Amino acid sequence: MKRFLILASAFLLLSGCSNNWGWYVVDPTTNTGWVNLKFMASGAYYTIIMSLTAILISVVVGLLVALPGLSTKRGWRMFNRTYVEIVRAVPILVLILWVYYGLPALSGITLNVFWAGVLALALSDSAFQAEIFRAGIQSIARGQYEAAQSISLNYRDTMRYVILPQAIRRILPALGNQLVYMMKMSSLVSVIGLQELTRKANELVVSEYRPLEIYTVLVLEYLVLILIVSAGVRWLERRLKASDT
Amino acid sequence: MTIISMRNVSKFFGDFQALKDVSLDVAAGERVVVCGPSGSGKSTLIRCINRLEAHEAGEIVVDGTTLTDAPADLDKIRGTVGMVFQQFNLFPHLTVMENLCLGPRRVLSLTDAEARARAMSHLERVQIPDQADKFPRQLSGGQQQRVAIARSLCMEPRILLFDEPTSALDPEMIAEVLDVMTELASTGITMIVVTHEMGFARRVADRMVFMDNGEIVEIGAPEDVFTAPKSKRFAAFIKQILNH
Repeated sequence: MKRFLILASAFLLLSGCSNNWGWYVVDPTTNTGWVNLKFMASGAYYTIIMSLTAILISVVVGLLVALPGLSTKRGWRMFNRTYVEIVRAVPILVLILWVYYGLPALSGITLNVFWAGVLALALSDSAFQAEIFRAGIQSIARGQYEAAQSISLNYRDTMRYVILPQAIRRILPALGNQLVYMMKMSSLVSVIGLQELTRKANELVVSEYRPLEIYTVLVLEYLVLILIVSAGVRWLERRLKASDT
Repeated sequence: MTIISMRNVSKFFGDFQALKDVSLDVAAGERVVVCGPSGSGKSTLIRCINRLEAHEAGEIVVDGTTLTDAPADLDKIRGTVGMVFQQFNLFPHLTVMENLCLGPRRVLSLTDAEARARAMSHLERVQIPDQADKFPRQLSGGQQQRVAIARSLCMEPRILLFDEPTSALDPEMIAEVLDVMTELASTGITMIVVTHEMGFARRVADRMVFMDNGEIVEIGAPEDVFTAPKSKRFAAFIKQILNH
């Protein structure tokens, strides 16, 4: 199996040198190649900014949706369930199209592509964040609430100082997952014309007609971004764990 | 002066009646030890006093405040009543010092320095001032329980409830916690202690309460109830506990 993998990758590398490949479009040693690469990489700006903005919003919204889900009052829980079930059921691509083309017709509010993308991604992700938060908060032992109550902490302080700091440590790996997921799903916003990584690659493909090479670079771009994010999340996990022991 | 008054209190968990028409008065400064077999309702009894459990029938008055769901009343009561739990329930992500300072800072609005000074004085009282910057998991069970006692004391309660404070401890750590509790008992704070430590009860309690099946079966000064138990159930219970 190992030998097979080595052979397969060697074959791929060697075939890359054959005439079928046209690495010149993204060859940094040539002028055009360098310009093309810079053009592609410039899409990282929107991919990163959009994913980060969207995840921040979705974490906040997710938490605000999760808390009523933990209420003892039926009405609050119903709100949580309804939100999660409806938002979770809409495909992200459909949500992007709906926010960009549908929302202006419905509400008169026109969003630019960036904010339409952020809104759709954040909305879609918030349902998952809500479930993650709910599970995380529910995993904290009842005794923690009772101890907080016994020293008279109110609901807000109990959440802020006792429950959430513990819950967030537990759900950090899941939050990291969501960020990675968000970065990948941001590629869908290319359909409404945001100049992020995928859109840039598509535009280059149209002018250069070298999809194989250009999309390969695109894959690598996402890979690099996501590896950086993963490393960041792991670092954060270690740091929080270290402060725990 | 009566500081806790329970009148015909009943509490249900679904169909199960944990407390049956329980009445009990506790005077300010009194030390009451509650014992009884597991499932007898002793924990429920004290958890009703600071309303970790809401009773369904009867009336509980704590320091002049009748227990209801009104948030203002709850605040008042929880400010008056502290609680120490069987499982300590320290906040694991905070250091000992932070555990102690959280309530004074957020609830009593003490400054940082005041809260730390108060925390330190209570840590000295429970004899672990040197552990202030450690996290709970770095401490032994006995030390954790003493931190939990100090955390309650930092709120300066008039009443302190203990819910089987030594039941989760290894035998060699029980004494250090009981010593702290004995010292506390001499300070005039009202204490209600659910425990099976009969030696502690004899030494410290003004009154013993024996519960079984959600009822108070026997109540009286320890020297009286231990030497001459009036009910068969209590007699059997003491025999079991002292013989093991």
